[in-house]
Amino acid sequence: MEPETPAPDAHAAPALTPLPAPPPSKAWQRVLLARHAKRPHSLDYIERLFTHFHEIHGDRAFADDPAIVAGMGFFEERPLMVVAEQKGRDTKQKLLRNFGMPKPEGYRKALRVMQIAAKFGRPILTLLDTPGAYPGIDAEERGQAEAIARNLREMSRLPVPVICVVIGEGGSGGALALGVGNFVYMMENAVYSVISPESCAAIIYRDASRGEAAANALRLTAEDLLEFGLIDGIIPEPGEGAHTDPDAAAGALRETLRWALDQLTPLTGAQLVEHRYDKFRKMGNFFL
Amino acid sequence: MPWFRRDKPLAKGEEGEKHVRTEGLWLKCEGCRQIIWKKDLEANWNVCPKCGAHARIDAAARLKLLFDGPYEVLDANLCSSDPLGFVDAKPYAERLAATQAATGLSDALISAAGTLAGRRVHICAMEPKFIGGSMGCVVGEKITRAIERSLEQRVPLIVVSASGGARMQEGAISLMQMAKISAALMRLDEAKVPFLSVLTDPTTGGVTASFAMLGDLNIAEPKALIGFAGPRVIEQTIRQKLPDGFQRSEFLLQHGMLDAVVPRVRMKEYLANALTFFCGPVT
Repeated sequence: MEPETPAPDAHAAPALTPLPAPPPSKAWQRVLLARHAKRPHSLDYIERLFTHFHEIHGDRAFADDPAIVAGMGFFEERPLMVVAEQKGRDTKQKLLRNFGMPKPEGYRKALRVMQIAAKFGRPILTLLDTPGAYPGIDAEERGQAEAIARNLREMSRLPVPVICVVIGEGGSGGALALGVGNFVYMMENAVYSVISPESCAAIIYRDASRGEAAANALRLTAEDLLEFGLIDGIIPEPGEGAHTDPDAAAGALRETLRWALDQLTPLTGAQLVEHRYDKFRKMGNFFL
Repeated sequence: MPWFRRDKPLAKGEEGEKHVRTEGLWLKCEGCRQIIWKKDLEANWNVCPKCGAHARIDAAARLKLLFDGPYEVLDANLCSSDPLGFVDAKPYAERLAATQAATGLSDALISAAGTLAGRRVHICAMEPKFIGGSMGCVVGEKITRAIERSLEQRVPLIVVSASGGARMQEGAISLMQMAKISAALMRLDEAKVPFLSVLTDPTTGGVTASFAMLGDLNIAEPKALIGFAGPRVIEQTIRQKLPDGFQRSEFLLQHGMLDAVVPRVRMKEYLANALTFFCGPVT
């Protein structure tokens, strides 16, 4: 005779959840919004803010990197050089843009274009939106670190106004490589961090799925960076985030950009370099 | 009844097994897996006398290797205030205090001034044992101050890197040190004061992607791991095993990213020669 399968015990303690799952923390919400599938990307802003935008391609050495869009445009009649990290929307675009992860040739194109702007006295706008610089064999072979390092040094001596805006993900050195500006802004729901929350969690908790906890620890929101004196301002986003009304988000960026250009345009090249240097020189005075 | 009998009693002191303390006297070389007398290794600046593998050395040994004699340590008491209040397995503040106690250093870098082959130089040496040699606000500030002193006094600067990159526990503040140091190096560059970057095992992440790659010369020790992304991150991204020698000094030299690969025992000579070439003979 087969043993009877035990009937579900009517007296066993039922498993209950005492509270609904907590809503995501503010930092994690920001991470999710910064990566939102419908969040406006660089080209969405460029088409709303500029007239006569024409791209400039290639690093003159190896290739053209579609993860960085660079070009000449006119912002309210003023000529402005734009250098921006670009993510893709659909699968095909994502692959083309390498998920917004630039390779060395992208950073070298960016520098080449910024130096053209410097030569002709045109202000520069950079838009930062990347999970990080591409970590691959070919990128290492061609000197990813050298390309980023050179941009950091060379951007600091550009004798023209440089305005940087983190519009989505400010992914570590890959974002900073375009981020040495006189004014550095973050969109309200953008994040800017030394390491992605997932990678940080993989290191400190040995569990990449605990990104939310790591996001809290890393202090990566716009308010955090403003508090630490690492950025100059926060650009408000409409409603639940920029994706709910891209036109309004672009409008807020327009206001800020106009303000920044009005402040910086009267300065001489030497003053601009000095201003930028002074700002970064003061970053990180947190000593006992 | 035993077949053999000891006629004479045991000599004094021969009883039982002999015990000689050997722990810590011998080391196994990571390169050739041979056993090496620890003192031989130390006398050779931690370079294996049998296969030439370069084991890591700490910042103090590095300074001793490069300076002619005594040197002056600068900004020694700069300590991070843990601006983020970062907590992982244990609070960052506790981790810092423990590491400070273990190493006797305030952070992952010693900034020093002295003479190299008779010439006055500033040398910053990173300490790989201090939270992976990572760069937070203290490392950033110390290097920046060293650059400023070099600029003011027109004294050549040498930075010896050994670091996993920017320090996660100080978040974006660490990140911005990359820009701060690189901007200061721009000024040194404009003033035409030499900056020599020495890359040692390991130099990765935000340190490679800022000052370590910005030397007038970038010189590495043999077989040092040098790169932007760590090998594990790359393996996860491309889901393949990386080839042997990938991201090692010789690989970077082959790809045009380094000016020279120089063995540790020849490093001082190489640097002295470069400085004589750039600045003329010592007066």
